[in-house]
Amino acid sequence: MLEVRHIDVSYGDVQVIWDVSFSVRKGEVVALIGANGAGKSTILKTVSGLLRPGKGEILFSESPIHLTEAFHLIEKGIAHVPEGRRLFPEMTVDENLDTGSLKGTARAGREETRETVFNLFPRLRERRKQLCGTLSGGEQQMVAVGRGLMSRPRLIMFDEPSLGLAPILVKEIFHVITRIREEGVTVLIVEQNVKQTLAIADRAYVLENGRVVLEGAGAEVAGNEHVKTAYLGI
Amino acid sequence: MSSAQLEVLLQTLISGLLLGGLYALIGIGMTLIMGVMKIINLAHGELMMVAMYIAYGLFTLFHLDPYLSVFIAAPALFVLGVLLQRFLINPVLKVDSILPENQVILTVGIGMVLANLATVFFTSDYRSTPVDYATKAWYLSDFWKGSPIELSLSFPWSISFLIAVAITIALWFFLAKTDTGKSIRATAQDNDAALLMGVNVGRMRVITFGLGSALVGAAGCLFIPIYYLYPDLGGQFTLIAFVITILGGLGSTVGAIVGGLILGVFESLTATYAGMGWAPVGRFVIFIAALIFIPGGVVSLLRRQKWGR
Ligand SMILES: Nc1ncnc2c1ncn2[C@@H]1O[C@H](COP(=O)(O)OP(=O)(O)O)[C@@H](O)[C@H]1O
Ligand SMILES: [Mg+2]
Repeated sequence: MLEVRHIDVSYGDVQVIWDVSFSVRKGEVVALIGANGAGKSTILKTVSGLLRPGKGEILFSESPIHLTEAFHLIEKGIAHVPEGRRLFPEMTVDENLDTGSLKGTARAGREETRETVFNLFPRLRERRKQLCGTLSGGEQQMVAVGRGLMSRPRLIMFDEPSLGLAPILVKEIFHVITRIREEGVTVLIVEQNVKQTLAIADRAYVLENGRVVLEGAGAEVAGNEHVKTAYLGI
Repeated sequence: MSSAQLEVLLQTLISGLLLGGLYALIGIGMTLIMGVMKIINLAHGELMMVAMYIAYGLFTLFHLDPYLSVFIAAPALFVLGVLLQRFLINPVLKVDSILPENQVILTVGIGMVLANLATVFFTSDYRSTPVDYATKAWYLSDFWKGSPIELSLSFPWSISFLIAVAITIALWFFLAKTDTGKSIRATAQDNDAALLMGVNVGRMRVITFGLGSALVGAAGCLFIPIYYLYPDLGGQFTLIAFVITILGGLGSTVGAIVGGLILGVFESLTATYAGMGWAPVGRFVIFIAALIFIPGGVVSLLRRQKWGR
């Protein structure tokens, strides 16, 4: 479904991604793991068109998207739940959800999708008229995930959804991600929370200093000696 | 306080609020542009001047009432704003320049060119639209025979105020309830997140500049029946819009409304109690006071209230 082929990405003159390739097949949960600064967010931003690869290509459902304007990608079926939530703080929960469904069939099915989001996160229903800037961190993350789902994506990308959340909320978010995949949505997840991520991932790629250093099935990567010492602290 | 003093005070407050409503409309336009594009549009007053000349032209040529010229001048200013944004400001925004303020400097240039063009076409003579209702007013004693004080409400000022309020409400509806309005607000609040949601932020910038220009254009049509017109009038209104934007809290429409009303009332008070000539000084005092005492603008105070509860 998503094919990233040999991309290089730079910020100005500073190259941070080197010849990275990976793929996500339909129905999979694929994890990109790596330390802070490894380049995980940069890769997701490149997939969603906020950054352009200097080299290489990105295909989605067989067609190239690395030259497509960022704002067209949501219509193609890619949702990106960015690092740090990036909600619209001066808008209510409902309005933030609205912004997830501005286009096409998502627009037509807005109220129906909103219901599914509220069923997934019942707390949001109580807060729907509240400004997002005044929500707790966990609630904000729920809105961010919900806003991503509002576009009825075929591929949803999560950038560190568990960052800064209490353990119980981390559990809830991971639970929701497995439910999302059960609904048939393909998931690409970026995390530093390696243990829980590998537990739900079909396959994983390990990123170090902008390069893929290891890839394999989730359990396989979790069993790797290097991963154990460097990321799992075993 | 004697009843004569009370009369003066109330009359001053009424004029201040009416003026403030118009100021709010001018301020909202600049605030919208500020919010979405992160630049201060220093051609704002000059755009209003252009709209006023349009209204003036329509009045002299076709005897079109200035209030009706809103329907022509505002769309015309929308188009002018769109063209300015697309062909002048956007290209400069794209250039990675040493001076991040380049676009602001550009708007100053646009303002100067507009003012000069107006001088070329219309000379620097003072113009006005002598409408026959210019001095019409309602008096309190007409409604309340035994009233101990006398207050008057100018007909054109009231109409201008009411139209300004109606436009503001329509704008609020647009921003709050339509998807395009939400897209504009999203762009203002987080450009990249808006892109991820599928918002064509480039188009939103163009629409916003057009909308801000149309709003100040409408304000121009509301001002001309009660004001006069000359090519350099823009600078003064740019300053007014700027003060309101700072006073309201950069980028907040509610703040701009409150800021406009405060400035209108304050100017009216200075004019009554310190003399006409002091109004610009009062404006300056408010500006400095806002920068020092409420750096986040009125909107930061409103917000603190909300969180305090
Ligand atoms: N906007 C930026 N400008 C310049 N360098 C950046 C920017 N964002 C990230 N970087 C750099 O790119 C590298 C990868 O960052 P990032 O993709 O955010 O890593 P991760 O998400 O894995 O923590 C880091 O060295 C970081 O300092
Ligand atoms: Mg990151």
